Amino acid sequence: MNGTNALLTRTKSFFAEIGDMTLFAGRFFREVFSPPFEFKELLRQCYNMGNRSLLLVGVTGFILGLVFTLQSRPTLMQFGAESWMPSMVSLSIVREIGPVIIALICAGRIGSGIGAELGSMRVTEQIDAMEVSGTNPFKYLVVTRIAATTLMLPLLIIMGDAIALLGSAIIENLKGDVSYLLYFNQVFDALKFGDIIPATIKSVFFGFAIGLVGCYKGYYCSKGTVGVGEASNSAVVYISMLLFVIDFIAVFVTDIFFEI
Amino acid sequence: MNSKANIKPVLELKNLHKSFGDNHVLKGFNLKLIEGENLVIMGKSGSGKSVMVKCLVGLIQPDSGSITIKDQDITTMGQKELDLLRTEIGFLFQGSALYDSMTVRENLEFPLRRHKDKIENFQGTEVLVKEALENVGLAHAIDLMPAELSGGMQRRVAMARALILKPKIIMYDEPTTGLDPITAKEIIQLMRNIQKKYNTSSLIITHDVDCARVISNRMILLVDGINYAEGTFGELSNSEDPQVQAFFKN
Repeated sequence: MNGTNALLTRTKSFFAEIGDMTLFAGRFFREVFSPPFEFKELLRQCYNMGNRSLLLVGVTGFILGLVFTLQSRPTLMQFGAESWMPSMVSLSIVREIGPVIIALICAGRIGSGIGAELGSMRVTEQIDAMEVSGTNPFKYLVVTRIAATTLMLPLLIIMGDAIALLGSAIIENLKGDVSYLLYFNQVFDALKFGDIIPATIKSVFFGFAIGLVGCYKGYYCSKGTVGVGEASNSAVVYISMLLFVIDFIAVFVTDIFFEI
Repeated sequence: MNSKANIKPVLELKNLHKSFGDNHVLKGFNLKLIEGENLVIMGKSGSGKSVMVKCLVGLIQPDSGSITIKDQDITTMGQKELDLLRTEIGFLFQGSALYDSMTVRENLEFPLRRHKDKIENFQGTEVLVKEALENVGLAHAIDLMPAELSGGMQRRVAMARALILKPKIIMYDEPTTGLDPITAKEIIQLMRNIQKKYNTSSLIITHDVDCARVISNRMILLVDGINYAEGTFGELSNSEDPQVQAFFKN
């Protein structure tokens, strides 16, 4: 009986949190289009999130391309289909693996960072101090961060995909004697707008989810320094789950409009 | 009857109630702050002092009661009007609450971003920041980060930030907590200087008896969410009520 009650309470609080997060998202849309606009802070956040994630995304993308090609080669060779390698790698990376892996990396790098930063600002009363000084902390801290992740994540994913394809091309060049020109010709032959556009739209939603959950967890953080750790940790867990849900919906919708 | 009773208060709380679940923190608290006065609120930890002061600046919504600042009831006010009114109030947080990703200069510039028009004869951000830092004796720390400052220096920078919009009312939440006795005395002296220079009305939340003795014109003892006793420092310190005496022993 106790177990059932505990499960019921947890389910209730989970849905209550989803509801709160929806209201939080609603407040974002209300405030993002109303002046005053915090352009300077938005640019600073874009720089922090974009520029400072370049190395991590670049290295992850490069290794992703290398490993994916190395692991796929033997199987394709068994069927005499090595020539399909550029098409297969490019479609897999651009449509699915690149956006999902890079978004997960950014959930850890950016989402947890936002959760911890806003959480520590909350427990040290810095957010209250902003409010008391007559500045809207939601607009200054939350709107700028969500907008920055929404803008930056598609760019990071495009860059990560490009570097992953370069990694794949290097392996193909070394192991299969395929020239870079031939490799990239085959890549661009295989890719269509129907592959790139849905993936880019999907990555905009990924960016929004990372910013939204990170900000929500940090903004409503409580319980002192323990709460900051919890905010950061639960931000990553929620974002990771949400990314897969968004991915599923995106694939479903893409299938209807672009016939995968 | 006290002559101040007829003077119009700059800030008034009437019958303030606030609960968190089953915990009734404020149970009908009343307060009047007269222009130019230093009013000290004393109470034990957990007696509701910080909750009361947060209700005063609109950070916490009270369950019932009215809060009037400069003839405006803030409990019924819209966000824009409240933000505008907040520029008339300086607030010093217990832990200083400096923005740790900004320099001292940026911390002081922050409240000015949207409210430059509130200052008469606005001479420019740089002049105001320097003036505020000179008031607290920290002009040399203008480009330092909060992490590079000692606890006492952080408290002074927080005071400078609270003063930068030239507010008429200043609220201090535990201004000397966590400071050594010498730095605490410096902060108290600074509070007196500021009051003299700008003729501000101050509401000071503290359980530091020395601070109360030096700075208060009048005191209220907050016990179990109500005004337990009220008077000057001398009147309260000579009271024979055991609950009142408990604050002044040691």
